[in-house]
Amino acid sequence: MIGGKEAGPLALHNMTAHELRQKLDAGELSSRELTEAFLKRIEQLDGTLGAYLTVAAEEAMEQARSFDEARANGEAVHPLGGIPVALKDNLCTRGLRTTAASRILENWVPPYDATVVERLRAARSPILGKTNMDEFAMGSSTETSAFKVARNPWDLSRVPGGSSGGSAIAVAAGMAVWSLGSDTGGSIRQPAAYCGVVGMKPTYGRVSRYGLLAFASSLDQIGPFTLDITDCALVLNLICGHDPRDSTSVDLEVPDYAASLRAEAKGLRIGIPKEYMSQPIDADVRAAVEGALKLLEENGAQLKEVSLPSTSYALQTYYMIAPAEASSNLARYDGVRYGLRVPADDVPRMMEETRSQGFGPEVKRRIILGTYVLSAGHYDAYYKKASQVRTLIRQDFERAFREVDVLIAPTTPTTAFRLGEKTQDPLAMYMMDIFTIPVNLAGLPGLSMPCGVDKEGLPVGLQIIGPPFREDLVLWAAYTYEQLAWPQGAGRHWRAGREVAVDVR
Amino acid sequence: MSVKTGVEYEIVIGLEIHAELSTKSKVFCGCATTFGAPPNSLVCPVCLGLPGSLPVLNRQAVEYAIKAGLALNCEISRYSKFDRKQYFYPDLPKAYQISQYDLPLCRNGWVEFEFNGQVRRVGINRVHLEEEAGKSVHSGERLLGSEYSLIDYNRGGIALIEIVTKPDLRSPEEARVFLEQLRQILLFTGVSDVKMEEGSLRCDANISLRPKGSTAFGAKTEVKNLNSFRSVQRALEYEVQRQREVLESGGTLYQETRHWDENRGVTVAMRTKEEAHDYRYFPEPDLMPLVVDEAWVERLRAELPELPRAKQARFVEQYGLPRYDAEVLTTSPALADFFEACVAEYGQAKPVSNWIMGEFLRLLKAENKTVEEAQVSPKALADLLRLVDQGVINANVGKEVFEEMFRTGKEPGAIVKERGLEQISDAAALAAVVDQVIAANADAAERIRGGELKAMGFLVGQVMKQTGGKANPKLVQELLRERLLGG
Repeated sequence: MIGGKEAGPLALHNMTAHELRQKLDAGELSSRELTEAFLKRIEQLDGTLGAYLTVAAEEAMEQARSFDEARANGEAVHPLGGIPVALKDNLCTRGLRTTAASRILENWVPPYDATVVERLRAARSPILGKTNMDEFAMGSSTETSAFKVARNPWDLSRVPGGSSGGSAIAVAAGMAVWSLGSDTGGSIRQPAAYCGVVGMKPTYGRVSRYGLLAFASSLDQIGPFTLDITDCALVLNLICGHDPRDSTSVDLEVPDYAASLRAEAKGLRIGIPKEYMSQPIDADVRAAVEGALKLLEENGAQLKEVSLPSTSYALQTYYMIAPAEASSNLARYDGVRYGLRVPADDVPRMMEETRSQGFGPEVKRRIILGTYVLSAGHYDAYYKKASQVRTLIRQDFERAFREVDVLIAPTTPTTAFRLGEKTQDPLAMYMMDIFTIPVNLAGLPGLSMPCGVDKEGLPVGLQIIGPPFREDLVLWAAYTYEQLAWPQGAGRHWRAGREVAVDVR
Repeated sequence: MSVKTGVEYEIVIGLEIHAELSTKSKVFCGCATTFGAPPNSLVCPVCLGLPGSLPVLNRQAVEYAIKAGLALNCEISRYSKFDRKQYFYPDLPKAYQISQYDLPLCRNGWVEFEFNGQVRRVGINRVHLEEEAGKSVHSGERLLGSEYSLIDYNRGGIALIEIVTKPDLRSPEEARVFLEQLRQILLFTGVSDVKMEEGSLRCDANISLRPKGSTAFGAKTEVKNLNSFRSVQRALEYEVQRQREVLESGGTLYQETRHWDENRGVTVAMRTKEEAHDYRYFPEPDLMPLVVDEAWVERLRAELPELPRAKQARFVEQYGLPRYDAEVLTTSPALADFFEACVAEYGQAKPVSNWIMGEFLRLLKAENKTVEEAQVSPKALADLLRLVDQGVINANVGKEVFEEMFRTGKEPGAIVKERGLEQISDAAALAAVVDQVIAANADAAERIRGGELKAMGFLVGQVMKQTGGKANPKLVQELLRERLLGG
């Protein structure tokens, strides 16, 4: 029943967390059976897909056992309890290797858990393993991983997107029920779009970053990949909320997102940013997004064109702020305390050699860029100016949200590109994030969900953006659209029963 | 070589002082700050800068920094922020120090102190809050060239304030006296234990010379590694001499950083301006800006204790003490408090002051103890003074009793009784001893009779010796006079 060509829509790996919850609660299934099934699926598929850097079979089974026991003892069970999950390899897991897909941390085992991981453990969610990613989350294709090639499950010659490529693949290919990634400039939403699943970046400050290996501290945010919007809401319930260990996490009440989901197009005011739609966008992507908007409008939503005039500066702004923060955040990898150390005659040379050999080219490119941007004599022209433009971008959104509840746009200008297609052209690669980056600069919640396919059958992502701390509005639009277009779940319904490429072979 | 003679130079000195705040936990994590714990035992993911860890600001550290600022007459910024100061060094675990760059917590203050009989005022540019680095121990002299280095991160992340003065100091000695005054202010404010020997107070000095009358600054030297008040003065004296020689021989001074070599008594060039670090400061994104409201500042201002100079003035005024006594008694808050507690018990100030400045401080120094560690209670000291006043013991025996009180914490009355130290004031009992002493010292007795009264002291001493120091010295004197001079 599990995996293989026989697997139908009711196979465990095609089910959502809330569906599996019913099976677990009904006693039709144990967490051990479920976790074993997923571990088996990983064994079958991941050699080809490259989603996982570390599989933690024993630990996952142990956690599954602990869940089953707790349930047998009649203890209260978390809605995501017992359901196996995958974590991006930049989330600290006590006792489990955490590498950020970098040679410099190849064998680093954290002595502590990230706050989100603590919450997962408390919910008794078996952690299947740590997923592949762009090195230190720097990239849009998972191709900068120091360890493994990651492939798009729907076309093995294509990238899964990035930087959270492995977490997107794991959910798309049924190698985890859901997963966590991190999003600094689109690193959840873009791979979700390329792999045809739901991915969400909550508001900056909504989820604790404690234990997330920092790339750009003022932009990074943790978020989920799921098969549908209900699961997305369930995960938000688990991970959102104030954490005294993260000073930038906000002490605001977290609504029960899952309980308040509603499908109601009437009253929903949708803004369409004209500066996004006027960009070069692949015709199939444009058609799919316009189709989704039309469907919402036909069902009673109001559409309105809005203007975000500073959009054209977003990419440049991002590529000053993010590398500046990265150059600082990655300075600690100096070979002194943990991770790689390349011996040399003296300490400065040891640090140089360690960093030269430990970091890959994209990471080095950004460290150099960021160091330059912060250097004496350049700070005002670059970093300070970029911070000012960032304020303008934020104000653009504030103005737009006075008139609309959410903004809708494509997640990416194209569908998944081919492996190797953009590795020699960093700027072309950076352009893939043009619609997602402004959302990080403004700290807003953003979600990507499938809204159709292109000519080649590759999924197209629809991006829904909300005002700060209004994840509920984003979910309202997303759930409404899902119920209208993909009632079986946006992350699987679009496939129309199609299995991932590696299953078909 | 052209020699410039006859030019008189003015010395210009400014200090940068670092003081560790005495908060129980570190500035951005919950680790304890105990001095002398086993290496790397007071560490966590945050102060080790482990990947993924984040800082959380210690509110107490902010309060202490504000208090320090208030004690130094600073304006407290309603809005300040933290910045990252970036450089690579093994004892700096994140490769940046969280500090404050362009918006410090406190600014524009001043300190007044007395120097050469005059009141001097030195401006304080700023006081900002930052974190300590770890402590490196090198097998050789320094990191480069050492076979190995060991790092203790216990110190890393301890709350630190940096105090930057204006260039208002005019001599090495004045710089030292100012630093001592600053230390005392911080000590009284209770924000730091300011121990230069443990490194909880450190000082770098900027010094330059300029022709007298000039308002422009000369090229300055930053002198580092000043580990004691004495070395501050010595290093600056050396620098004055060195800079003057360069200028007088027609040479040019360049801005540079120099290292004070305590053993050789010289400063050695470390790096020039061109080699100076570019710290690439930028706002710390992991911390929110620090917003301090008026009510908070006012509460802290109200909590500020009496500062040393105010206390001295009050001691002179309230207790009628000489200025010197007031200065000695206010060297630490604990000593001043002890003095006041004793006066409250005893009623008179000057005898208490004499005992504290004499016996008490002598014993503290001899036994290397702090006021808090001494066993003597204010009531016990007052009791002792009363025993002397009442003639139960004489002053010399009092000192002996005090020493035992100091060591054992026993009550003076109990010690006197236990050791039978009561003064002998019984004339009949003493007369026998006096007669005996006169008989045994016929020469001296004869000289006294002949009018040489100086010898009287010798006979009194002999009687005291015979009685184990317990005789009432006044009575002995009377008895001797009676016998030798006929009353």
